[in-house]
This record gives sequence, structure tokens and C-alpha cells, in this order.
Amino acid sequence: MRRLLIFLKSYVKECILAPLFKMLEASFELIIPLVVSAIIDVGIADGDGGYIARMCLVMVALGLLGLISSVTAQYFAAKAAAGFGTKVRHALFAHIQSFSFSEIDKAGTATLITRMTSDINQAQSGVNMVLRLFLRSPFIVLGAMVMAFTIDGKAALIFAVAIPSLSLVVFGVMAVSIPLYRKVQERLDNVLGITRENLTGARVIRAFHKEEAEKGRFEEALESLTSMQTHVGKISAFLNPVTYVIINAATLVLLYTGAVQVDTGNLTQGEVVALVNYMSQILVELIKLANLIVTITKAVACGNRVAVILEMESTMPAEVFQQPGSMSDAQKGEVSLAGGSSPGLGGTARQSEKNIMVRFSNVGLTYQGAGAESLSDVDFSVNRGETVGVIGGTGSGKTSLVHLIPRFYDATRGEVLIEGKNVKDYSQEELRQKVGIVMQKAVLFKGTIRENLCWGKADATDEEIYQALETAQAREVVEGKDGKLDAFVEQGGKNFSGGQKQRLTIARALVRKPQILILDDSASALDYATDARLRKAIRQMGEKPTVFIVSQRTSSIQHADKIIVLDDGKVAGMGSHEQLLESCEVYREIYESQYKKQQES
Amino acid sequence: MKKKSQLQTMKKVLRYIKSYRIFLVMSLAFAVVTVASTLYFPVLTGEVIDHILAPGQVQFPVILNLLWKMGVLIGVTALAQWFMNVCNNKITYEVVQDVRREAFAKIEILPLKFIDAHSHGELVSRVVADVDQFADGLLMGFSQLFTGVITILGTLLFMLSINVKITLVVVLVTPVSLFVASFIARRTFSMFMLQSTTRGEQTSLINEMIENQKVVQAFSKERDVLEKFDEINGRLEKVSLRATFFSSLTNPGTRFVNSLVYTGVALVGALLAMSGSGVLTVGQLSCFLSYANQYTKPFNEISGVVTELQNALACAERIFSLIAEEAQAPEPEDAEPLADVEGNVDLEHVWFSYSPEKKLIEDFNLKVKPGQRVAIVGPTGCGKTTIINLLMRFYDVDGGRILVEGHDIREVTRESLRASYGMVLQETWLKSGTIRENLVMGKPDATEEEILAAAKAAHAHSFIKRLPDGYDTVIGEEGGSLSVGQKQLLCIARVMLCLPPMLILDEATSSIDTRTEMKIQNAFARMMEGRTSFIVAHRLSTIQEADIILVMKDGHILEQGNHEELLRQGGFYSELYNSQFAV
Repeated sequence: MRRLLIFLKSYVKECILAPLFKMLEASFELIIPLVVSAIIDVGIADGDGGYIARMCLVMVALGLLGLISSVTAQYFAAKAAAGFGTKVRHALFAHIQSFSFSEIDKAGTATLITRMTSDINQAQSGVNMVLRLFLRSPFIVLGAMVMAFTIDGKAALIFAVAIPSLSLVVFGVMAVSIPLYRKVQERLDNVLGITRENLTGARVIRAFHKEEAEKGRFEEALESLTSMQTHVGKISAFLNPVTYVIINAATLVLLYTGAVQVDTGNLTQGEVVALVNYMSQILVELIKLANLIVTITKAVACGNRVAVILEMESTMPAEVFQQPGSMSDAQKGEVSLAGGSSPGLGGTARQSEKNIMVRFSNVGLTYQGAGAESLSDVDFSVNRGETVGVIGGTGSGKTSLVHLIPRFYDATRGEVLIEGKNVKDYSQEELRQKVGIVMQKAVLFKGTIRENLCWGKADATDEEIYQALETAQAREVVEGKDGKLDAFVEQGGKNFSGGQKQRLTIARALVRKPQILILDDSASALDYATDARLRKAIRQMGEKPTVFIVSQRTSSIQHADKIIVLDDGKVAGMGSHEQLLESCEVYREIYESQYKKQQES
Repeated sequence: MKKKSQLQTMKKVLRYIKSYRIFLVMSLAFAVVTVASTLYFPVLTGEVIDHILAPGQVQFPVILNLLWKMGVLIGVTALAQWFMNVCNNKITYEVVQDVRREAFAKIEILPLKFIDAHSHGELVSRVVADVDQFADGLLMGFSQLFTGVITILGTLLFMLSINVKITLVVVLVTPVSLFVASFIARRTFSMFMLQSTTRGEQTSLINEMIENQKVVQAFSKERDVLEKFDEINGRLEKVSLRATFFSSLTNPGTRFVNSLVYTGVALVGALLAMSGSGVLTVGQLSCFLSYANQYTKPFNEISGVVTELQNALACAERIFSLIAEEAQAPEPEDAEPLADVEGNVDLEHVWFSYSPEKKLIEDFNLKVKPGQRVAIVGPTGCGKTTIINLLMRFYDVDGGRILVEGHDIREVTRESLRASYGMVLQETWLKSGTIRENLVMGKPDATEEEILAAAKAAHAHSFIKRLPDGYDTVIGEEGGSLSVGQKQLLCIARVMLCLPPMLILDEATSSIDTRTEMKIQNAFARMMEGRTSFIVAHRLSTIQEADIILVMKDGHILEQGNHEELLRQGGFYSELYNSQFAV
């Protein structure tokens, strides 16, 4: 939570003024018992009706002043809270944007979304509450005690005893019950999880006739929730009665002490009334405070969850990534060297070196928290304009391999070079400008088709867009829609079929005319013929990009210049279709599984 | 109309509370005790003060006697309060538990039709959030309302017993407080609406962008997205500030009115006390003042409680409507378990559709003999899963009947029918728990060897053993971090383990690469030997080897026959075959 407080920095003024005005209001409230006491001791005792009326006017004035200060305080508190929420939301969203794929995987999108929404909202209202009430209540409690001292030191000692013991009880109960409330929440989450599972898995659960077993599981979760709730409930049920006892016991002692003091002439009757009033003010405030603490604890918990995400550092530090200018000198030296601008490296070696577009040099990749490498010893190079097929079993590391090129993940071993320069030395902008990737899951965003396609290139002309659409075999998709390029895309592209979405996402990647194009199993929803036409169109592009095709179909990659066969994170074979059929058993197996049957028929 | 449904909801609520009525009665009784003794306390305080007049005029014996009384009163109040809390907790938690239990039990027997047609998130929130809201709002709201009302009545009574005039002052000013509160509430409502629409807009953007963060990054669109976000965020700040500010005016507003009440009491009270006619003592005045302090509080609470109650009733209605939802057709009394299933399946004149307007399956006949393979083919979205829904009796036929071993499936137990099929669906579903727990779903008493054998047969063993805790690795909801392919392998292993006499494979291997798939196909081939199998398939080999091919389009069954027959017919199948599989 402390981590979040810096977002209040630009609201220092509000954060000071809000509680200040609150305290001002509280001060006016604290004066009231004194006025009442004066009414009793002077007005009533002397039978001075005018005095009483004047004092009542004072009370109204105090109330009015209180109202004004309170409204002022509320305004500042609301302003600080709303500003705080806005700043935190901005910071968190920007921070999430800077996450590399590893952090996104680690945190999980569902979590990130909750943090962005309900958690920040809770923290925001927490700030609001704290500014408004958190200082007010203790101030009234202490203020009442101070006022009591001004009336009579001896009687005030009772306050000095009662208040600490009250705080002890309130905070003691809090300290015990708050961690327990957290447990309640966990158990509630469990109940929620089982319910959701039983809806999504209804078919399987019924197929295996697990309804009764699931009911048992739910009952268990339910009972553990209830027992925890009851347990916590019992503890918090103590709070009100115990506070009540302490305050009123103190009132009893106060009355008695007051009686003794009045008897000896140290106090007046009105002053005793004032003391009793202060005591009851304390009771009211403490109850408020206790309720407030619960809300605040929740807010702090939410704030902490947000802070955890904010503290997650991107494994690809943004400063290095986004501003190449800020690199260390050593890195700079490397860059200029690797950039090939240094003279002296001449001859054919350099020429062929220059022709290499992408190079993996002994690359290994271990995902965060994974036990073993997902890719090991991957070593290959691809020339400008070549087409590379990547094929292999589920979990063999195909996607991992291509994700290293636009630096979605960092290689944990070896290095990935584009045009001879380590991908880590490119600015993010530059790198992603070079690389166009079409992911497995075809995603479109809410907006128009044009807006979606312009993701690839913000200022793309209609001509460029149509060219990309044509290559991606997606022209007919656009033409079939009312409004053509301006046709509306619903969130998640719900109004397009899987195949249409895939073709549009391919077009989106093509619009920016990338030097490297990666198709990560992105033609799976296309039929063979369209898939073939797509590949042909890409081959015939004006400035033919270096293409990586990840696929499970040998037909999609068999004409590639080079095929990389992955098996369990290792390269099982590399070469052309014919070479691999000869030499690579894994490849042969894949090929035969797809073609043998058809040839027979 | 609305009132009526609310009344009915209340009746249902009462039904749930019924088993805890003793606690309810106790809670109410303790509430009365608490309120009465709390209200009596200031009276005694006032009396004490009246006996503390001036130096030498303090009547200690009377005071001590009074203080003694007050001590007892404190004890009584505290105990009553505690008991009331405990009773309220008991009722709330137990009712919540009962409602959730019943809702969950209903979920287990709801027709699939209902589950398919409703958003799962929404149903979950009914069982979790709505139940909580309903319990908190309705039960707590009720107890607050009750306490509030008797506090007001009690205060009035106490005040009237002391002095009628001042009571009138209090009663006359009170409505102002209510008016202020409701005035602010009404004004705030529209601002809250605006805030929540803006929040919704922002949440929708957050959802879209964070879910697809990887795409955003691939196109370096972070800055643009952030800009869009900030635009909404800026608007949200403004509306949020206004909503928060205006809503927080309620407290100062009512507090001010309260201070007016207080002042009124002080003025009238002091003047009365001054007159010295004994109409009002100083102690009584102090008692009045403390009443005036507390008196408006229940009013504020009650006005809050009313909206809360309404909200709670709405929540209750949602959860009760789930519980009242019609369950799947109960099994007939004499339903017998299917026994000795060899794999004879007959569909006789089957009619079925999901909605009456759109006819799907009309007068469909199919006869499957033991060991035969039925392939269901057709373009995506042609309704291939419909057949599975009917075979497994996830849905009931509208007309005709389905027979297994000559028994109408509606006349046998669902358990035995479903246990006769091994099912691998397209959407892989795993429950949260360990891998092992997932594998033994169909055979809870499987031995370690059997589990290993099944996992190996499904080619799942090699990746399972690489997981941190092997077979005891806990996977989260929906399979958590496993890849789609891995999840599918687990689903296959799950069926491999129990091997029922008939199989339903729904595009089971679509997300597994061909190499792994080939191995699985081998295992499947072994599995399918002698077993009647229904396969929703895209793979050519599966289709070619099928004894019967059902060709579907737009939910209708167009053609039926084997590969050669259908090719010869030159219908939709041959068209499909040529476009999809001919290279």
C-alpha cells in the first residue's frame, strides 16, 4: 500500500486540507458540550433566558460552521481520491503494457483485470474514507479527552484509562479477526470455484456421473466456509458489547467522581453533564472507527494486491527496451559493431553474413518457474526472403521458438540475432516494426475493420490495406460486409467466423510490410485450398519478407526453403522436405500420418 | 405486479428462515432488550445528575443506588447485544449455506439446455454474490430495520414520558433530516449511474486489451491503447469526483439537521428548566439531549436500509429463480440400470430441435450394431454435437426414441447410460485438483498401475512426469497452465482408464499435432476395437474407416452411408470431400 501512496503526491494539498477541515468540524462539535454546560450552569441556574437563546444561536452557528468545513473536507477528499484512483489506474495500465509475455503469463489476465478494476476502486474509496474519517474519529476521541482535562483533571483521568483500554479492545478484536476474514474470503473463493467448474464442466461431470461426489465436495467447501464465518462472527460479536461495557462503566465512574467533585465544590452540575456528553461522543466515534477499520483493511488489502502488480518488474526493463539512447556505453559499442557499420570486416564472409536475416545461436529458453528448458540448443540461420517451416508435436516448442524473434520472451541461453544484431539491442518499436506476427488465437478489436487493420500501420492508405487483404485472401471477407472497411467489428470479433478472423489478422500483420512475417499456426481454420492460395500470394509479394510458418500440416510447410522439426524443445531435423523425408524420422512420421492414407485411397 | 413478486420472494425467504425461527425470535427479543436498556440508561444518568446539584447538595445514597442499577443495566445490555449478534450470525450463515446448497444441488440436475443458454459467470454470481447480498441485506437489513423502528418508538415513548413539549420539537424537526437525506440521495443517483457507465466502458476496454495484451505488444500499440485508456480515465475522474462528493454530502447534511434538533431541544429544554416549575430538571434535559443525539440516527439507517432491502430482494429473486428452475426430467420410478451393454444403438424416428422455430433433426433413423464406427462429418457449426447431446441424454428427443440394447434411454438410469459411454469432448474440461484426481474420475478405485498404463496409452505420461509434482501436480481451474493439447491428452487418458463399452469422441484430437495424434489414433484404434464408437471427425482416415457416416449441415442430417456409397451418391459429402481433403 505504501507503494501506492506516491500517487497521492500531486494531491498533498487535498490530503492535508481534507483532514484539517474534518478536524475543524470535529472541533466545533467538541465545543457543543461546553456550550450546553454553560447553558445549564449560567442560563438555567441564573434564569437568564436571553443567555440561553444566545448560546443556542452559538450552537446553530457552530453547526453551520461544521457543515461548511465538513463539505469542504468532503470535496478535497473526493478530489484526492478520484485523482488517486485515476493516477493508479493509469500507472497500472501503463505498467501492464510494459510487461513482457513472461509477466503476463505469470500474473494471468483474469488477475490483471480484477486488479485494474475492482481492486483499484476499493483502494480509491479507502483513500476517500481515510481522508474523511480516519483522522476525525481519533481526533474526536482525543479531543474529548483534552476537553475533559480542561474541565477537571481528576475526572479526565477516567478518560485516560478508558480510552486506551477501549483502543486495546477494538484493535485487539481487529487484529484477531482481520486475518480470519481473509480466510473467509479464501473459502468463499473456493465455493465460487467449484460452482463455476460445475457449470463449465456439466457435461463431463454428468458423463462420469459425478453429481453426488461434486455435491459432497461443494458441501465440504460450504461447511468450511460457514464454520470459519461463524468463528469470525463470534469474535466480532464481542466488539460492540465490550465497547459498550467499557464506555458505560467509565460513565458510571465519571458520575460518581463527578458527584464527589460537585460535593466539594470543584465541579458544577453542568460540567458533569458536559463530561458525560464527551464520554458518549467517544462511544459514537469508536463504533464508527471500528466499522471504518474493516473497510480500510479491505482497501489496504486491495491496494497491496495492486502494488504487487506494480512491483512486478518487467524482465525486459522498459528503459533499455524503449529508449536505446539510455543504454550503457558497453552496450552501445556492441550495437554499433554488430550493426555491421564497422569497417574492416570485408569479403565474402561479410557478404553472406549480411544476407542472414534471422539467426538463432545456441538458444535455450526456460520459462519462469518451469523446471526444464522448453527450448534447448536451437541453432540455425535464415536468409533474407526465405521461407521457414516449423513443425513438431504439441508442446514441442514451436510457438516458443517464434516468440523469441519479436522478443516476447528473452532467450535464457544463447542469443537471437536479426540482421546480425541481438534482438535485445533493438528498441521495441524498431524490432516490432520489422517483425509481423500472426498469433494462434485470432483476435480482432472493437472498432471498424479499417481501425483493426491500421494497427499494423497507423497511416495505411486504402490501397495498402486492400493489397494486404488480397494477399491474406481476406478481400472477400471485407467485401461481404456492409460498409466494407468501415464495417463494425464487435468486441473479440464476435461477428466474424474463425476463418474470417484468421485471414483478417494475417492482413493486419501484412499491412505494415514486415521484413519478417511469422504465421503461428494461423491458417488452421482455413481450408487447404485457401491456405495454399495464401502461401502463394505471400511468395509473390513485392518485397518478399522472410517468412516463418508454424504449422501442424506438412502440406503448409513442405514447400518451405527450410523446415525445422522440433521434438520436445530440441531440433530433431532441419532441411528441405525431401532431405527431411530421407533423414528425419520424426518428420517422416508426421508426413506419413497425414498423407499415407490419402495416397492409398 | 412487482409488489406481488416481492411478496412471494419474501415468502420464500421466510421458508428458509423457518428452521431458524427460534433464533429469529430470540434475536428480536434480545433486540428489544438491548434497545430498551440502552434507552433507559440516559434516564438513569439524568436522575443521577439531578442528585448532583451543588456543593453539599449531593445525595450519595440515592446516587449509589442508581449507579448500582446502571451497572446491572450495562451488563444486561451487553449480554443482550452479544446474544443478538450471535443469533443474527447464526441465522445469516445458516440460511446462506442452505440456499447455496440448494442452488448447487439444482445446478447438478438442471437440464443442459439451461446451462448452455445462460452465462456461467452470471449463474456463479447468483450463487456467490447474490446470496451474500441477499443474506446481508435482507437479514441484516431486517434486523436493522427492526432495531431502528423500536429505537424510534422507544425513544418517543421515553421522551413523551418525560416531557411532551420537547418531544414535539424533536418530532417536528425530524422530517427535515429525512428530506435532506433523500434529496441528496436522489441527486446522487444519476451521478452514480454516470460513474458506473463510465466504469463499464473502461472495464470493457481493460478486458479487451489485457486479454489480448500479446497482440497489442506485437503491434507496439501500447501507447495508442494507453491514450485511449487515459481518455476514458480522465472522464472517469471527473464523474467519480462528482459522484463521491455529492454522495458524501449526506452525512454533513443530516448532521447539521441533527444539530438543529439538538439546539432546539437545548433551547426549549433550558427555558423550561429555567422556569423552575419543576417541569423539567437538568438531568432530564441532559437525558433529552442524549436522545436528540441518537434519535435521528435510526432514521438515516432506515432510509439506507430500504434501498438495501430492495436490492436484497432483487438478489433473492435471482437466486430463487435459479432454485425454482425446472430440473431435468426425473427418472421413472422403475428405471433400471443398463446392463451388459454390447453396443446396440437404435435411433427410431427421432425428432429434435433446440427451439421450436428452427427444425433440426426430423424423423431420423439410425441402427448401429456392436463394434460399428459412426463418423459424424460436416462443416464447422453444422450441429454435430447435437447427436452427442442426444446419445448421452444431455438433451431429450422431442419425438421418437433412442434405444440402447433395446431399452429406451429415458427408461434406464442416467448414470448407467452415461457410464456406458466414454466421452472425449472438443472442449477439454478438467477439474481443479491433481492430475491423478482428474484421471480417476471415471474409475475412482483405479490402481497406480492402471493409471500409469492409461496415461501412457494416451501419450500423457511423458509430459505428466515432467510436471513439478508429477501425477500429484495440482492443476488450477480449467486445467490452468496446461496447453490445450496436454489437456486433451489428459481427457483421453481419463477415458482410457475406465474404457466403457461405447465411445463418443468429439473432434477429440483437433488441437493435437498430427504426430501425437497418430499415436493417439493407434491407441484409439485399440480402444475402439469391439466398441461402438461415435466420432465427430475431421480426419480423413477416421471417416474412411467408419462403418456409417452421418453427413450434417446446418443442424440437419443430409446423408447417411459409408464412404464409397456417399462418394457414389455425389451429394454434399462428395463435395465436402473434394474441397476439404483432396490435395
